[in-house]
Amino acid sequence: MKVLCGIGGSDDSFRALDRTVDRAAIAGDDLTVVVVDNEDADPTVEEVVTRVENAVSEAGVDAEVRRVEGDPGSRLVELAETEGFDEIVLGGGHTSPMGKITLGSIAEFVLLNAKTSVTLVR
Amino acid sequence: MTDRTYPDAVADDFPAPPSSFTDREGRTIEIRPYEGTDEEDEALVEMYDSFDPADRAQGIPPSGESRIREWLDAILGDDCYNVIAWCDDEVAGHATLVPDEDAYELAIFVHQTYQRAGIGTYLIRGLLGHGQAVGVGKVWLTVERWNRAAVSLYKKIGFETSNAESFELEMGLRLTDDAE
Repeated sequence: MKVLCGIGGSDDSFRALDRTVDRAAIAGDDLTVVVVDNEDADPTVEEVVTRVENAVSEAGVDAEVRRVEGDPGSRLVELAETEGFDEIVLGGGHTSPMGKITLGSIAEFVLLNAKTSVTLVR
Repeated sequence: MTDRTYPDAVADDFPAPPSSFTDREGRTIEIRPYEGTDEEDEALVEMYDSFDPADRAQGIPPSGESRIREWLDAILGDDCYNVIAWCDDEVAGHATLVPDEDAYELAIFVHQTYQRAGIGTYLIRGLLGHGQAVGVGKVWLTVERWNRAAVSLYKKIGFETSNAESFELEMGLRLTDDAE
């Protein structure tokens, strides 16, 4: 499967990264990991890229790592369409101290606008 | 997220529990702050274990007794404030304030057997009265935007919408006059 994983640097996005890389190693997915802007995230873009590259090489997966600037949600949807991806994978939301799950703004946009299937990793 | 906004004005005074009233079904309901006893814990577990999954909001309450206990452990901690609505020795509803950075997140649950009887209004006012008594400053919550009954209850209490851009509405209340 041709999989596009969007990572903005939030905790849930790293969880999605680990799970997607693990799956790709087993299933042989054609994986592209895209590091997008997320102003709500703490780590810098450089830190996120490093972490993504490490995760990919540790899993021994032949994945492409790309940096994409601009509005993260619309750029992901556009990439998935123009490059024929089967699926977009994203973090499944932030959990408040109360235990309530809130989806990130990128996930909300992608869910409503993508033509492909979308997987949110919990 | 520290960019939450709150009303400029401080909310009205709410009555501090304990208090009691007769609900619209003629049942006597008592509102009491949580005291940390095993009896209260077990009664809460019992309510949440039979809670209608259709009334779940954003993943809470969780399902299954062990996950319910784990969740209750976290929100019944010493740094949280909890108020329970009792009908005899059965829990009809439960409301909680959980600290999050410089404010408290609010959630309220009324068991399906006790809904549409006016208990939620007394329960949230009791929780906020308890919060004022212990000096809680700012309170926020999220609510699914289709849940009109809840949204109108929160508005009536004095909550103002602070973020309407996501799937859930975020609302805030200034409970006491804390600094800033």
